[in-house]
Amino acid sequence: MSANTPSDLPVVSDRLAKNAMRHASERVIEALLFSAAAVSVLTTIGIVYVLVSESIHFFQNVSIVDFLTDTQWTPLFDDAHFGIMVLVSGTLVSSLVALLVAIPMGTIIAIYLSEFANGKVREVAKPILELLGGIPTIVFGYFALLMVTPLLQKIFPELPGFSLLSAGLVMGIMIVPYIASLSEDAMRAVPMSLREGSYAMGSTRLHTALHVVVPAAFSGLAASYILAISRAVGETMILAVAAGMQPNLTWNPMEPAATITSFIVQVALGDLPHGSIGYQTIFAAGLTLILITLLFNILGQWLRRRFRENY
Amino acid sequence: MQPTSLTTEQIRALIAKGKMKDAIFKGMGIFCLAVALLVIVLLVSDMVAKGSERLTVDFFLNFASRRATQAGILSAWVGSLLVMLVTALAAVPLGVAAGVYLEEYAKRNWLTEIIEINITNLAAVPSIVYGLLALGIFVYTFGFGQSILSAGLTLALLILPIIIVSTREAIRAIPAMIREGSMAVGATRWQTCRYHIIPYAMPGILTGVIIGLARAIGETAPIITIGALTFIAFLPPVPFTEVSPGVSAGLFDWVMSPFTVMPIQIFNWTSRPDPAFEINAAAAGFVLMAMVLTMNAIAIYLRYKMRKNIKW
Repeated sequence: MSANTPSDLPVVSDRLAKNAMRHASERVIEALLFSAAAVSVLTTIGIVYVLVSESIHFFQNVSIVDFLTDTQWTPLFDDAHFGIMVLVSGTLVSSLVALLVAIPMGTIIAIYLSEFANGKVREVAKPILELLGGIPTIVFGYFALLMVTPLLQKIFPELPGFSLLSAGLVMGIMIVPYIASLSEDAMRAVPMSLREGSYAMGSTRLHTALHVVVPAAFSGLAASYILAISRAVGETMILAVAAGMQPNLTWNPMEPAATITSFIVQVALGDLPHGSIGYQTIFAAGLTLILITLLFNILGQWLRRRFRENY
Repeated sequence: MQPTSLTTEQIRALIAKGKMKDAIFKGMGIFCLAVALLVIVLLVSDMVAKGSERLTVDFFLNFASRRATQAGILSAWVGSLLVMLVTALAAVPLGVAAGVYLEEYAKRNWLTEIIEINITNLAAVPSIVYGLLALGIFVYTFGFGQSILSAGLTLALLILPIIIVSTREAIRAIPAMIREGSMAVGATRWQTCRYHIIPYAMPGILTGVIIGLARAIGETAPIITIGALTFIAFLPPVPFTEVSPGVSAGLFDWVMSPFTVMPIQIFNWTSRPDPAFEINAAAAGFVLMAMVLTMNAIAIYLRYKMRKNIKW
């Protein structure tokens, strides 16, 4: 491009005028494209702004100490209590159940696909996993409530109709594809020479996979686990459908309980006036949810940096 | 190392043991994959078995009703389609533009870095938080209310990261010589993007768009959060038709209309105690699954086709 900018040069000919036009329109287009990219930043700012500003109103009415230590959650009753731990316990228990299913299953599938399976198996397995990951969560909720719960009740007759256990198990299945595909990518990025070295020493495939490939890909595995935790903590519909929505401070997965997310759904289903304390409650709950996710993400970043391997 | 004192038999036993462990692990891998497949098969077959009796033409043409046998999904599927239309109209231009900017224009500086980190983080934000964002911003601050417009824009923000990432990946696969060739004959940067980069990246972008929309059509939580109604027995106004005596609907009146969508209809039916509605939920769930799986299958097929055809 010529060094002549439209501003410092009098336009003398058609050709130069056209050039100047092109120059100007290029700038406009670049600005437009940039503003499209900036929408993502605006989204983040919007999320933080909405959650924090409504939560500030909330905390003018409810003290933070009560919020963190109260053992009851009855924001819509006359005798209102705002103990977020009630909802946090449901969220953590269901997430734990989900991760106990998803992490072993996802990791085994990933190791199998990257180290054991041949191309043909992979060609079939990956679309299956992708389809599983594409199933709407409301359909998983239906599955948990109407198929998994009755099945579990045959094993545990005392299991109630709504439980964190069945919701958590199905949530785990839902998360498997995320872990499997991200972990597999990480393991396939491990250079072949490492495996060859291990095989040359007489290692079996499994030994190579567990003692060479997995440690080398650990930062990628950690990233996939962190994403899985975010998914589990933020999952809504499976819990709203299958775990019941009554607040219950419990660490027992066999009980029904509300989670942060299912509480938000429950409130949104009702008709709360804008600006009421109940309306502000869901933003305080949302802020708690984001902070929990953030905490796990920071932990994950630290883990990744701590175990990153360079070749 | 000290010389080993293992006999041939012992070494053979060791090798056999190692091979056994390999085989056991292989079995575990196949078992886990089989569980995943089983879940899909069980889900679909259960929905078909329970819902097939309800899957008639009437089911698609009836509004929701208090009587399970007469209830249908007309307002739900129309709502879902219209919300998807708004989502696509908002998310595709924004996502593609952002992807093109980040790949072709952005300088490596702190601003670009912030945008990139941001997009990664947004992908991990729980979907219900987008619902809260929309409730605070679209519904009350902008005054869009509980309308198709609010829902469409919310889902657009939700799938924006998916579209941006797939656009960037598609663009990154285009070799530099294409750009150099275009610039060498005097094209500007935008002309290069407009006539070369975007068309060549199209299949990849399209795949991302379809996957994004498939995700959006199944999303329930953010739409419930903005307060979509669960019982809607009317359709949004068709442009230029008479809505009330003497008043005809404008071209865009439908975007401000209250609505319901497929996942909300399923949620509503699933959470009723009457088992007759279970059948409706199964049938509607099957329809939704069919929509989502078809979209995903198209995306997978496109990607497969693309990998075979393109040779630079």
